[in-house]
Amino acid sequence: MAVQILMPALSPTMEEGTLSKWNVKEGDKVSSGDILAEIETDKATMEFEAVDEGVIGKILIEEGTEGVKVNTPIAVLLEEGEDASAADAAAEPKAEADDGEAESAQDAAKGKSDAVAAAREMPHGTVPASAKPGAPMAELELDWPEDAKMKKQTVREALRDAMAEEMRRDGDVFVMGEEVAEYQGAYKITQGLLDEFGGKRVIDTPITEHGFAGLGVGAAFAGLKPIVEFMTFNFAMQAIDQIINSAAKTLYMSGGQMGCPIVFRGPNGAAARVGAQHSQDYAAWYAQIPGLKVVQPYSAADAKGLLKSAIRDPNPVVFLENEILYGRSFDVPDVEDLTIPLGKARIWRQGTDVTLVSFGIGMTYALEAAEALAAEGIEAEVIDLRCLRPMDTDTVVKSVMKTNRCVTIEEGWPVASIGNHLSATLMTKAFDYLDAPVLNCTGKDVPMPYAANLERHALVTTAEVVEAAKAVCYR
Amino acid sequence: MPDEVPPRLHVPAPAIRPGDDPDFSHVAIPRAGAVRRPDPGENPEEMRDLAFSIVRVLNRDGEAVGPWAGSLTPDQLREGLRHMLTLRAYDARMLTAQRQGKTSFYMQHLGEEAVSCAFQRALRAGDMNFPTYRQAGLLVAAGYPLVKMMNQVFSNAADPMRGRQLPVMYTAREHGFFSISGNLATQYVQAVGWAMAAAIRGERKLAVGWIGDGSTAESDFHGALVFASTYKPPVILNIVNNQWAISTFQGIARGGAGTFAARAHGFGIPALRVDGNDYLAVHAAGAWAVERARADLGPTLIEFVTYRAGGHSTSDDPSAYRPKEEGKAWPLGDPILRLKAHLIAIGEWTEERHVQAEAEALDEVVAAQKEAEAIGTLHSGERPSPREMFEDVFAEMPPHLIRQRHEVGF
Repeated sequence: MAVQILMPALSPTMEEGTLSKWNVKEGDKVSSGDILAEIETDKATMEFEAVDEGVIGKILIEEGTEGVKVNTPIAVLLEEGEDASAADAAAEPKAEADDGEAESAQDAAKGKSDAVAAAREMPHGTVPASAKPGAPMAELELDWPEDAKMKKQTVREALRDAMAEEMRRDGDVFVMGEEVAEYQGAYKITQGLLDEFGGKRVIDTPITEHGFAGLGVGAAFAGLKPIVEFMTFNFAMQAIDQIINSAAKTLYMSGGQMGCPIVFRGPNGAAARVGAQHSQDYAAWYAQIPGLKVVQPYSAADAKGLLKSAIRDPNPVVFLENEILYGRSFDVPDVEDLTIPLGKARIWRQGTDVTLVSFGIGMTYALEAAEALAAEGIEAEVIDLRCLRPMDTDTVVKSVMKTNRCVTIEEGWPVASIGNHLSATLMTKAFDYLDAPVLNCTGKDVPMPYAANLERHALVTTAEVVEAAKAVCYR
Repeated sequence: MPDEVPPRLHVPAPAIRPGDDPDFSHVAIPRAGAVRRPDPGENPEEMRDLAFSIVRVLNRDGEAVGPWAGSLTPDQLREGLRHMLTLRAYDARMLTAQRQGKTSFYMQHLGEEAVSCAFQRALRAGDMNFPTYRQAGLLVAAGYPLVKMMNQVFSNAADPMRGRQLPVMYTAREHGFFSISGNLATQYVQAVGWAMAAAIRGERKLAVGWIGDGSTAESDFHGALVFASTYKPPVILNIVNNQWAISTFQGIARGGAGTFAARAHGFGIPALRVDGNDYLAVHAAGAWAVERARADLGPTLIEFVTYRAGGHSTSDDPSAYRPKEEGKAWPLGDPILRLKAHLIAIGEWTEERHVQAEAEALDEVVAAQKEAEAIGTLHSGERPSPREMFEDVFAEMPPHLIRQRHEVGF
């Protein structure tokens, strides 16, 4: 029987790729293990091997095609002896849904739709535009000129541009970490930097987070401005002594003599299918430390403007990125020198009924929930904290004085969370304005499991945010 | 007196990059049989030379030569060959399964099969390996069922890790295989701690720590050596130098040290450097270190010199940082072909029997895969129950987790 060859997912987070080269042509006989094509992802170019043997009946996607979605049929494989008409039949699109991520009947019965549960893996470009209903843009404060021209950029590109611009501007800025130079970054955030700045300013390190974080702290004491990339913040656990006990405290302990202008950056929180040790959200951990500034951007524009400010900041800054957001595109103002002050929240959407507060990837759920709530007549105000230390609680308090209700959203664990801190702050500063207890939507209180079905249960979902928002509105 | 000059930053780089011709002329390979085999009780200070050569048994003609030869019988060698063939077939099937979406991730052993398969033969029940993700041969050689390994890789309902851990990060306590950590090197110092516990309790067991060349840069490696040096517990500290830490060549972690094995010298720990693609040499060196541990002579460090012929993982593309043909130019050859040639040379094997053995290994792997896939794969069939997701967070499930479990409907 003719079978479709599908665009493979070469990594758990890959959503699309470029079919850069076909190594076979129609009519070629292939056997298991033969290289069929080369596929370029945002991380690497990979060879794609045949799984079954047969004859290439039809090539459906030409080489050089960009943005081929995972699981798109790219060719048809015939069994030996089958003729080409079978290829045409097999090339017909099938009506059946992808069973890959389908929820079990049990889940469906609980009324959690696939679309909502899988929200965190939504494709690029579907991010709701900023400041939606009832809120003319002018009422919202922008971090750039109102008439600035906008360009589409991924978070990944924005971060790279931020580093490149700051490295051009200041010869003391350099980046180091595992795989940042020759390999162009494990997640390709340092793409092109080695070529432009050379091996003295883009430095591959041995595998020792504790070692190179300490090295960076030393270089910062010596007056340089290091950007230390952790392949993920999970690996920075062994560097945390350098980050907290040295980088954050030395200015204080040395009576103001030794400052540490350094940025520790890298992906934080869950990606997809990377299990307990690689999925942790450190937002609440670092936000607790005096002496540190902590940034966790959501959009590409914020990633760029905040990283540039972080690099210029004389204090140590922990800059928490997110692997799933790296590939998402946003509007980024095309201005000369985009900087955004640390410690200022951004209101993404104005509303009157409930305040949703989040940061980083949590904004995905917040904005989706706001859309869903609007459809039910609840206008949510959505605040992106952007920075966790200093935290712009004034903006949150002001909003809650208007809406009288608040739901916080984060992927981290529920105990001693950012949401807990906001709840306490609101109780202290806006007690008389609250019409309902503040609810915290968080990840479940378990280490992250690996299996896809379990992982989905462990993370916060848009449905949970909607439910919480309705609960505080007594709806 | 040398002139005073401003300091420069030294950044080592591999001599060969993609597009260049592979060149291993800098790797000094001594003749097989040339390295002496000291008495296991010899003073570590007297055997420092062994960290700068390579213990090899199999010569180019497939003969086993020198003082390290003769640790295994032909039957054991044939079994060893089967283990390596099984591991290679398993890797190939799992790589394909990853491309088919049956798992999200896989890490293969191509070219390094002898290191784990042969070393395991030097151990006995009760001993504990603290492996990295590239030592599944320890499981294969210990007789752990392939289908259980696949259930773990597919994260299906029969996964012994119950859907919680990344593919290939097996745990098999009863088979002497400690849980694999995704964060590198943590297991190295834990192996020393496990061995110290054995010493405290007077148990006749030993621990084996495993680490890659790149991860020797981690603090855990140095901590492990300090404690092994001080307390002299029954531990064997293995370094698998496969030349590449993802894209980073071994010179970055090794730095100015002549060899990784030589790192042991500052700690007074005896060190061997061994041909990791020579099944007989790996076993003989392992057996020597085991002898030392069992005689309470303390730790041994072994550097296995090998080459990672495949990608680091299914997310890696080695052609971005090294010539595609580099693996073929590796001077220590392929471990399976070398053991095969030896068995043929001593009249204990034939080309026909080898073809037959390859087919049998594949059949065994395919049968196990059918069994595992009948249960389920990452996205189909029977998957781990969300009910179990809340178990084992603590030894006893606290009330708030029972509540959360009810909230997700289980």
